[in-house]
Amino acid sequence: MPCCTARRVRARSPSVSPDVTAAIEGIALSKSFGGVKALRSASFAADGGEVHALVGENGAGKSTLIKLLSGLYPPDAGEIRIDGAPVAFARPQDALANGIGTVFQELTLLPYMTVAENVMLGSEPRSGPFIERRKLLDAAHRLFDQAGISGIEPLELVGNLPLAQQQIVEIVKAVSRRPRIIFMDEPTSALAEHSVVWLFGLIKRLRADGVCIVFTSHRWNEIKGIADRITVLRNGEWVATSPATELSENDAVERMTGQRLDVLFPKPVPLGSAAAPMLVVDGLTATGLPAVSFEARVGEVLGIGGLAGQGQRELFSTLFGVTARTGGSVRVDGRETRITSPHDAIKAGLALIPEDRKTEGLLLPLSVRQNLALAVLKRVSRGGFVQRTAEDKLISSMVTSLAIKTPSPSQRVGALSGGNQQKVLIGRWLLTDARVLLLYDITRGVDVGTKRDIYLLIRRLSEEGRTILFYSTDTEEIAHLCHRVLIMREGRIVSELRDPLTPEAIVAAAIRVPVAF
Amino acid sequence: MNRSPAATRLRYFAAQNVPLLLSLGLFVAMVVLYIILFALKQSRLPGAFELLTTVNNTLSVGLAAIGQTFVVLTGGIDLSVGGIVDVTNSVAARFMQDSPVSIVFVSIGALVVGAIAGLVNGALVVYGRLQPIIVTLATLAIWEGIALLVLPQQGGSIPPVLTAVLAGTLPFPTWLPNSLIIAGLLVIGWQALRNTRFMTAVYAIGNDERAARANGISVARAKIGAYALAGTCAGAAGLYFAAANTSGDATSGTPFTLTSIAAVVLGGVSLFGGRGSAVGSLAGAFILTLLLNVLFFAGVNTQLQEFFQGLFLILAVVGSTLVRRSLQRAR
Repeated sequence: MPCCTARRVRARSPSVSPDVTAAIEGIALSKSFGGVKALRSASFAADGGEVHALVGENGAGKSTLIKLLSGLYPPDAGEIRIDGAPVAFARPQDALANGIGTVFQELTLLPYMTVAENVMLGSEPRSGPFIERRKLLDAAHRLFDQAGISGIEPLELVGNLPLAQQQIVEIVKAVSRRPRIIFMDEPTSALAEHSVVWLFGLIKRLRADGVCIVFTSHRWNEIKGIADRITVLRNGEWVATSPATELSENDAVERMTGQRLDVLFPKPVPLGSAAAPMLVVDGLTATGLPAVSFEARVGEVLGIGGLAGQGQRELFSTLFGVTARTGGSVRVDGRETRITSPHDAIKAGLALIPEDRKTEGLLLPLSVRQNLALAVLKRVSRGGFVQRTAEDKLISSMVTSLAIKTPSPSQRVGALSGGNQQKVLIGRWLLTDARVLLLYDITRGVDVGTKRDIYLLIRRLSEEGRTILFYSTDTEEIAHLCHRVLIMREGRIVSELRDPLTPEAIVAAAIRVPVAF
Repeated sequence: MNRSPAATRLRYFAAQNVPLLLSLGLFVAMVVLYIILFALKQSRLPGAFELLTTVNNTLSVGLAAIGQTFVVLTGGIDLSVGGIVDVTNSVAARFMQDSPVSIVFVSIGALVVGAIAGLVNGALVVYGRLQPIIVTLATLAIWEGIALLVLPQQGGSIPPVLTAVLAGTLPFPTWLPNSLIIAGLLVIGWQALRNTRFMTAVYAIGNDERAARANGISVARAKIGAYALAGTCAGAAGLYFAAANTSGDATSGTPFTLTSIAAVVLGGVSLFGGRGSAVGSLAGAFILTLLLNVLFFAGVNTQLQEFFQGLFLILAVVGSTLVRRSLQRAR
């Protein structure tokens, strides 16, 4: 066996210039989780002073590869080399000690500790055994200064920061340890556009200093804009590594999916002018929402746009009863609602699919079947007893129609890739009779193939006559999927855009000086 | 350079330590209530004797509660605290002789026994990958059994010198209980320990174990350390309890498990881990003692004591939650 593995490695070695020793190399790495092969003998190499993009669909093994190379868990098989020398990482601190820094997709921040404590974790200034709090604070201030970040108070608890700022803290923390090799798994998915510009400036400075940067993103223009080389993974296997200038988007997508994606966005279903109003929001107020009024019709996909953090989250969580409403009214299908909890919202026919599926919706230790069944318990039970056959039928049809990649419906949801988890969550609401779906940035961190599945689902939901409120950090999605777009700023709706919707028009409206609407 | 001036730091500290501040506030309120009721019943203010007995009665539970805090901060719970108190209480009463050498050695021995018991708990949790509640439920019974082997009958003796040192007062000023000095030293010791990498790791694990690990924190070492410290504190509690009562009892420590948890909760330490202070737990222990005194002076039937203790605990937790929520809303 060893001889065969070796031959295979040489044949598949992705290194472009074999005479230059790569800064970090993973050779024929394999890893399985609960029977799901996340990585199959995949190889990867990146050099110092290069930005290396790792692309592939969700479940292609990008995150797993990064976790193996960061020492989060050991590979089942294969070897890791730094500057050509084999290393074995038993724990993350072994990788840290070898000059590897990582921005994990699932942030590794400690919510009840301060920003300063988080960024300085493991390198606290001390006198004797005691941490010097003042110096720690000063050092944190300096780190944010050097990174060119203002507006994040180091004394604040990380858990009190919005996701975008947490992402920045995670990045600053990883960079502060001065790694020679830095992995960034989806660092931009939570960032607003100006922060992405900041991050790319930082990456370019690191590259100039000879740091090796490996990053993943689902946004092609970002990859094109910054990467020197691109490695494509598919189904846990290495597919190709090539200079960024030699890989077009179509080629990349073809390699990622094994097929060419011609039409990524399905056209929205035409809305009849007679479509009745389904969701009528009148003067809704809550913390961070000065007063919001709008109407959404049956079958309408209503986009909620604007810059990140302009009250979109507050609007969604207030509608769903997560945040207390302080005034105004919400009517669903002509009926006044009194929503003070998510339970009330579900009863009123609302469903919320959030960005953070881990904490806000899925029961990770339970199986795909159990997660889907939660929504249909009522429909498939008689006299309090669940009718197993009826349940199985509904669930397997859902698994098929959503193309959820799972060995069986009994698989633990936590073992699935992010995109497949998101599909399970959407599938759950599909099985209910929710009439208004609140989709909050549901494609964040989701790969191209899954995104297309989700777009088709949205279209199908709209066809079925469900009303959809759609927020996304990806302006292109809003432009292509929605019938109409409301732009929010500082908790107010400042403009309304109709056909023809273009990303440019939405961005322009979002950054335009406020006009009364 | 100093862009976080003292006022800013204080503001953030206050906002981030509401549960601790609430428990200190409750402690002060209980002291005031106690003094008022005492004065009404006895027609005088409580004096040095009352101070001595109150602090002496609290310190054992206080020590156990400080120990419990370490484990709770990691997101676990230590039900074996009472069993460890039983063991060291029995060891001290059985083996301690009047000679200074014996006193020192057996006292240190009691702490070591506690530390070992804690180490066993920690090793089972970390390397056995078992739930803390199950591990410590089992070891509670084991320590209780060992205590009965060490001291089958209640009794034994504690040298009067040790009792005088731990539960007496200073020669001057005579109103100052040694136990209060010990409590003060514990607070100082805690604050010093709080500023170490070890405690940072303990807090980090309670925040999010996965993230702590990814940040290069040695989860196993910090967790085992937390359990060992908890055992040591429980050992100290058993030793102190024996000294304060001048004799030993192999079953006297069992209630400490639940009172230490109650004190931790009253002290504002989150049972989910990662948040809280042992200073709060110590205040929680004092609140529990003061509550008993208050109930006594309020003329509550001693049979109903536990009923009111339970009621008080619920009210305190609900009250604290309500205050925190309204503060959050105000922010």
